[in-house]
Amino acid sequence: MSTYKPRSKDEIARRVAQDIHEGTYVNLGIGMPTAVANHIPPDREVILHSENGILGMGPAPPPGAEDYDLINAGKQPVTLRPGGVFFHHADSFAMMRGGHLDICVLGAFQVSVRGDLANWSTGEAGAIPAVGGAMDLAIGAKQVWVMMELLTRQGQSKIVAECSYPLTAAACVRRIYTDLATLDITPQGLRLVDAVPGVTREALQGLVGLPVAAA
Amino acid sequence: MIDKRARTVAEALGEVPDGATVLIGGFGTAGIPVELIEGLIEQGARELTVVNNNAGNGDTGLAALLKTGRVRKIVCSFPRQADSHVFDALYRSGRIELELVPQGNLAERLRAAGAGIGAFFTPTGYGTALAAGKETRMIDGRGHVLETPIHGDLALIKAERGDRWGNLSYRMAARNFGPVMATAARRTVATVHEVVELGGLDPEAVVTPGIHVSRLVQVPRVATRAGGTAEAAR
Repeated sequence: MSTYKPRSKDEIARRVAQDIHEGTYVNLGIGMPTAVANHIPPDREVILHSENGILGMGPAPPPGAEDYDLINAGKQPVTLRPGGVFFHHADSFAMMRGGHLDICVLGAFQVSVRGDLANWSTGEAGAIPAVGGAMDLAIGAKQVWVMMELLTRQGQSKIVAECSYPLTAAACVRRIYTDLATLDITPQGLRLVDAVPGVTREALQGLVGLPVAAA
Repeated sequence: MIDKRARTVAEALGEVPDGATVLIGGFGTAGIPVELIEGLIEQGARELTVVNNNAGNGDTGLAALLKTGRVRKIVCSFPRQADSHVFDALYRSGRIELELVPQGNLAERLRAAGAGIGAFFTPTGYGTALAAGKETRMIDGRGHVLETPIHGDLALIKAERGDRWGNLSYRMAARNFGPVMATAARRTVATVHEVVELGGLDPEAVVTPGIHVSRLVQVPRVATRAGGTAEAAR
């Protein structure tokens, strides 16, 4: 086995941020994707959308300056950038569903080779289900990107031939950013975009158990 | 003279019948009309169906209402939170029914109710467990699910400023579901922190026109507390 150093969560976030260009409208899902905001350079104007009715969301306020009327989808206090605006929930989800957001970045339990996304429920008996805005984002944004670790703690690939967890939406994911590699989902299957040093395409195919086309 | 101002929460709420469907604004704790929920608890209506994005935070507000056991069913998108222990216990012991709705469908079903739409096709949820048993249709090659409106008997919302005609403006992201819920219920009651004279609200900036509001009641400003996170309220 070759040796390699996986990207940390922060390094994955930095990798995602590289592909978010000036002038785009972006929704960052709760959990890991939230960290992407920390890696968008301040001189690059990217407008962040929050499902609870904010465009132009800014970073967390300094301690002591929190205002709990101004929170993000994860219910954490945030700020509003100059030019930022508020709107109600039906308008907010019209922005998503109507295809007005350029990019959304979501976490995932599993992504299939066709781009099916499973990120809202593990389907476990007794677990309390919660979906929030995941299904609306997955069908609505112009591009849906997933950010996740490639393997489960048990070493199984989260990129799969068929999702075994309940679906959030079918055939919606365009690109997957992981700790070992970035992969595109194409009509022909997975295509390598980049990988951390020491991870070859062949090694990746071995881990995922699916063909991966060269970059 | 039209005067929708009530002197007390009890007067604003009026009689709420058992079995009513109550739309409650708020996302996490931002925009939760805590005083109206407390009034509803005091009033004692039972067998309620509650529509809210979440299922209560901590032990106050919506969580306190759930704790009374008077809510038969909750319609929401995201019940499970760090501090949703009241709902979690009720759900696990089978003492509350849950209708889980994708958040955009929740908002649009409320909007449809207020706008007189009979039903609508949406791509959200197509092919998922949350669309099981629902009518579907392919439109322009894309799968859609038929969703129906959610009508309320009563909407309880929190606004920032209002006048005696019931015109309302909101504060930041506490707006969330308030404006759509106000349109979707037979009767809408709003709290405001400030009542202004007619003409005192910029007509270009009124978010909810008074036609959608039955009563408003002024309550003291208390900072919105942290909710949905385990963090203690300030």
